[in-house]
Amino acid sequence: MNITEKILARASGRQRVSPDDVVFANVDKVMVHDVSGPGVIKVFDKLKKQGINVDKLWDPTKVWVAEDHFVPSADKVSAENIVKLSNFTKNYGIEKHFKYGMGQYGICHTLSHEEALVLPGEVYVGGDSHTNTTGALGSFACGLGHTDVAYVLLNGKIWFKVPQTLYFKLNGKLPDHVMAKDFILKIIGDITTEGGAYKAMQFGGSGINEMSVESRLTLCNMTTEAGAKNGIVEPDQKVVDYLSSRGATNISLIKGDDDAEYEKIYEYEGSEMEPLIAKPFSPENISIVREAPSVELNKSYIGSCTGAKYEDLVAAAKILKGRTVKIRTEILPASISIYKRAMEDGLLKIFLDAGVTVGPPTCGACCGAHMGVLAKDEICISTTNRNFPGRMGHVDSQTYLSSPLVAAASAVTGKITDPRDLK
Amino acid sequence: MQSFTKVKTLITPLDKVNVDTDQIVPKQFLKLVQKSGFGKFLFYNWRYDDNEQLKSDFVLNDLKYKNSKILVAGDNFGCGSSREHAVWALQDYGFSVVISTSFADIFYSNCFKNGILPIILDSKTVEKLQQETTEVEVDLKNQIIKTSSQTIPFDIDSHKKKILLEGLDDIAHTLLYEKQISEFEKQSKIPSVL
Repeated sequence: MNITEKILARASGRQRVSPDDVVFANVDKVMVHDVSGPGVIKVFDKLKKQGINVDKLWDPTKVWVAEDHFVPSADKVSAENIVKLSNFTKNYGIEKHFKYGMGQYGICHTLSHEEALVLPGEVYVGGDSHTNTTGALGSFACGLGHTDVAYVLLNGKIWFKVPQTLYFKLNGKLPDHVMAKDFILKIIGDITTEGGAYKAMQFGGSGINEMSVESRLTLCNMTTEAGAKNGIVEPDQKVVDYLSSRGATNISLIKGDDDAEYEKIYEYEGSEMEPLIAKPFSPENISIVREAPSVELNKSYIGSCTGAKYEDLVAAAKILKGRTVKIRTEILPASISIYKRAMEDGLLKIFLDAGVTVGPPTCGACCGAHMGVLAKDEICISTTNRNFPGRMGHVDSQTYLSSPLVAAASAVTGKITDPRDLK
Repeated sequence: MQSFTKVKTLITPLDKVNVDTDQIVPKQFLKLVQKSGFGKFLFYNWRYDDNEQLKSDFVLNDLKYKNSKILVAGDNFGCGSSREHAVWALQDYGFSVVISTSFADIFYSNCFKNGILPIILDSKTVEKLQQETTEVEVDLKNQIIKTSSQTIPFDIDSHKKKILLEGLDDIAHTLLYEKQISEFEKQSKIPSVL
């Protein structure tokens, strides 16, 4: 069995599972945020009317709550949702509620690794489609709708159809000017946004072994854009070190068997990778940066669970050090812990000196919520994950997706720019 | 949940591919969690202009389709975020069937929790249906779609069919077996993970 199959087998108490088997799995961790939380509360209200007991959760210690989409509260309605969420966690005894303005908080998928909330081998579900991100720690992680999350909160289990696995092998390290974001864009361009539909996307090979945990998180994050059920990397010592430095204990490593089977294996040579962008209006609409259309950008946005982890900010700082931005540029670290490190290590000063606006952790404009959404006809280069029509604001705005290196280089020139071509 | 057996209406042809959940319900409405009423936000940016007036060139605003319950759209319908509001909006607006060549996984699953029947057909059939100008009948029990000129069979998982026909969502259906479940749980020794 491969790693996804092994995790699902163990979670469902079976010796063995195969793709397309339906299993009823025990869930280890559950997450909701300020959009899915109120959605779940609504489902609970409906169940209560049907006479179903929703007084207790299956295990409040396994649940955590993030405030990320519309925080710091964007308006009256989102402020009310935050109150609703706080009442919910209080009533159900959920202690892991990361509140803005009260220490560590941030984007849910960032907290999952920054706070070591999920461990290798666990089954983790969340009320958000990018829950796939956390598979980079070697867990089975996937997003669910509100009703399914409500069910898990009450029962601690849910059924899954065991997915087929696509294996993406990266031979050799990526060059310095290429990031994990470029690699996942390349893959989505190759297999299309439907290519991973209800499949596991697993990443391996020497290039992945060389990669930092944060880079692997970027890869798994955007398996969602390929339609995948989950993204996953077999955990190694790097994951153990990463999680134990954040307070996790009892980390055991789980790997696929030697005779693990994959539906299809794709091979890539690290040295051949180039900086890429996804043009409007689909993450599969890929172009090499050096062949990108010459458009006048209005904005560069470095944020989100995809592109505002610590190493993403380091990459942006490498470019912005001693330079000035030519277009509006925003950098929003994905969590307070990252924000703090960026301050301690001098990154914030580099950003502010370059003219960048540094914002608080939030999903912000990635999902068009607030904090710098786009006007009609505005064009943005962004380290985020989706560039559907209107995703970041007005339905007639445009978003190009890129790595933090490319987004920072483009901020300096005002045009889509390969970091190698900066003077 | 209401049980689903048959619907017979005109088809609303939505000639777009990769319709993501943000096109179905834009993010600004996600903050709202009132029980119903999401229908008015359905395809908001396509239905309304900047002054919140109905756009005459969008298919949903054609009065002909006012009572249509069947939406037929292009590939990869419902991709993007996991927001269940997308399904709530389709249902509240009045749709009970969505037909496409493929659906995003979470959206597909959310449909069955809210009494909407998603049907997957090949692209030729979808194109043909989009041109259908007379009423079409979707018969879940017999798994067929009847147009004026042909009968099209469709596949659906037997469990999912059952819950729609009986008007049970997954949770209500599970509760029918409450006794057996607690019996099983008493005997089963499923180890917890790690």
